[in-house]
Amino acid sequence: MSSVFEYAPAPESRSIVDIAPSYGLFIDGEFVDGTGEAMKTVNPATEEVLSEIAVGTDADVDRAVKAARRAFSRVWGPMRPADRGKYLFRIARLLQERAREFAVLESLDNGKPIRESRDVDVPLAAAHFFYHAGWADKLEHAGLGPAPRPLGVAGQVIPWNFPLLMLAWKIAPALATGNTVVLKPAETTPLTALLFAEVCRQADLPPGVVNIVTGAGDTGRAVVEHDDVDKVAFTGSTEVGRSIARAVAGTRKKLTLELGGKAANIVFDDAPIDQAVEGIVQGIFFNQGHVCCAGSRLLVQENVHDEVVAALQRRIGTLRVGDPLDKNTDIGAINSAEQLARIRELSDIGEAEGATRWQPACDLPDRGFWFPPTVFTDVSAAHRIARDEVFGPVLSVLTFRTPDEAVAKANNTTYGLSAGIWSEKGSRILAIADKLRAGVVWANTFNQFDPTSPFGGYKQSGYGREGGRHGLASYLASEDGQ
Amino acid sequence: MIGNERLAVRKTYKLYLGGAFPRSESGRTYEVTDSKGAFLANAARASRKDARDAVVAARAAFAGWSGATAYNRGQVLYRVAEVMEGRHAQFCEEVAAGEGLSTGKARAAVDAAIDRWVWYAGWTDKLAAVLGSANPVAGPYFDFSLPEPTGVVAVLAPQRSSLLGLVSVLAPVLASGNTAVVVTSKARPLPAVTLGEVLATSDVPGGVVNLLTGDAAELGSWLAEHDDVDAIDLTGAPPGRAMEFEREAAGSIKRVLRPPAEEPDWAGDPGLTRMRAFLETKTVWHPKGF
Repeated sequence: MSSVFEYAPAPESRSIVDIAPSYGLFIDGEFVDGTGEAMKTVNPATEEVLSEIAVGTDADVDRAVKAARRAFSRVWGPMRPADRGKYLFRIARLLQERAREFAVLESLDNGKPIRESRDVDVPLAAAHFFYHAGWADKLEHAGLGPAPRPLGVAGQVIPWNFPLLMLAWKIAPALATGNTVVLKPAETTPLTALLFAEVCRQADLPPGVVNIVTGAGDTGRAVVEHDDVDKVAFTGSTEVGRSIARAVAGTRKKLTLELGGKAANIVFDDAPIDQAVEGIVQGIFFNQGHVCCAGSRLLVQENVHDEVVAALQRRIGTLRVGDPLDKNTDIGAINSAEQLARIRELSDIGEAEGATRWQPACDLPDRGFWFPPTVFTDVSAAHRIARDEVFGPVLSVLTFRTPDEAVAKANNTTYGLSAGIWSEKGSRILAIADKLRAGVVWANTFNQFDPTSPFGGYKQSGYGREGGRHGLASYLASEDGQ
Repeated sequence: MIGNERLAVRKTYKLYLGGAFPRSESGRTYEVTDSKGAFLANAARASRKDARDAVVAARAAFAGWSGATAYNRGQVLYRVAEVMEGRHAQFCEEVAAGEGLSTGKARAAVDAAIDRWVWYAGWTDKLAAVLGSANPVAGPYFDFSLPEPTGVVAVLAPQRSSLLGLVSVLAPVLASGNTAVVVTSKARPLPAVTLGEVLATSDVPGGVVNLLTGDAAELGSWLAEHDDVDAIDLTGAPPGRAMEFEREAAGSIKRVLRPPAEEPDWAGDPGLTRMRAFLETKTVWHPKGF
């Protein structure tokens, strides 16, 4: 920790949240028991059990899909589009009103710093509902044909890294375009989705329009494979994405996938180094690096490599790792023991393959799942830490000499979700952006998100877009009915 | 031959691959007949190796084709239509023989195919305006989204409509900036062979289009599984095989255009679906500041 400033603890109070000892499934507007064996959700910062969560079986998923189908054909489909929009506006407002509660609950269940859940996850989730609310009665102006039609029932499976935000990315566009939803939250982070269910009731959203079925992989599979689901949307690993694509093959289901990444963050020698260092830190340590678009491969122009790495290490030395609820915390807990084991394994492989590991001196709490911010130098393109998605606070540093080499190295991956460019030269930024095979390119910034801005991958990072006018297409029948 | 009758010069039908006209490396050929079963020609029967060579050629051509200006691509594609027009009579003859159409109907199909090609040629420099956007993000950034080609697209061309159908699936792939590996109609490949000659004598760079005559049932899996193919159009997949190809395509997260239940009437308005299917969206955040 910094020797200049010492910080007193500044914990956010958790008294604002009221976690029930157990939760059921949210189906047809009611909380009901699941028929599977309940699972526990823990606080990854303390390993404390937060609550018991119902596990949805095939039969539960079937009930949820039936409820969604009924709501689609009787209520939500026939409803005036303007009214659908007004429900979404209500939800957006309720998320804003209960923002602190959502933020604290998210940090408790996920382990992310309250600074991020409070300033990023929750406000962006509300913004997504607000943005899509306005689309509900304007879809004929979206450039998708004169009378775009909803698909029907959307089955959605989301990850644990941004539990509420991913829910918003999925549910807001689905409802705005007239579909109904069965959503499965991630196994380790179900609590904000269940609080969202309460918000749906508060908003008087008609029963069945949103159904939340908690559980693990089997529950997700039941959602994806259900015959009466018209649309499948998944965010998560490329491996699971592949199996989902296989499962929906030969069906009528429309599929969008937002999968893994191994983003290059390219720093040219004319970049403002201090600003770039902030961006590198934001790119890889935001949300403990549990970000599919994380800037996990730093490509530095060779002549500024030493300068950048020194400045980066100095900056990382000031990051505060610890209690997610502390307002001064920069890096929170790793979401699960399983994820921690993967991060450790890949980091060990990095060292074994010849890269040099650097970590700042930092005290980690005794309980919970923790991994310090980590930088690997002497990384070659063939190393697994340069190819595999670590999904943790681990940065691999590689070098380049010319812009062409930077582009070739950046594109040398099976992924194509995002990339970053740091340079003072606008023409260079736009030329490099043209050549990068990635769905989102950030220039002199990183990890920016906005509901108006389409997000999604090239290559094995998936297909379809979320956000903006483009995101609506994922939930509407295209002009020829496909 | 006895008498004054001229002995016809018969054509050898080959693949169109990387801008050249090789035989199948397998040495295989198959008989093409007209709609009544009379012999028309021997065509090359492409193999797995030919398909892989075609993917290599298409990948090599991608940077140049996708990097060309939209205006240039439009002109190159329009030139193709001009050369097609010069082969009009030959196309009519081949379509009539292969599809069993009357002269009038064959002519209508060829007219529509050339007009379809012109229609797509005119799209190259409009797609970005129609499908792109400037996104009003809540921050000091100019944020814009542009369509970009997906990459190498494998196309299983329609089995029945040998020219209009072929053009209707190939032209959108090219207009959107992709390169193509096409498996032609198995029973009716001759208009595709002629189209290959048109492409070779217009300004389309070699490798941008690769035409494999042969059997989609045999070649479909190799292309669906191939890691360097970014997308696959299953329109001409043999009955009952599309699901299997789609499943194989999942291994590399390919973009899949599923086949319609039945081969459509290609004379209808094509819309943008076939171009959208092979376009990615890239969003760029560029900062604003003094």
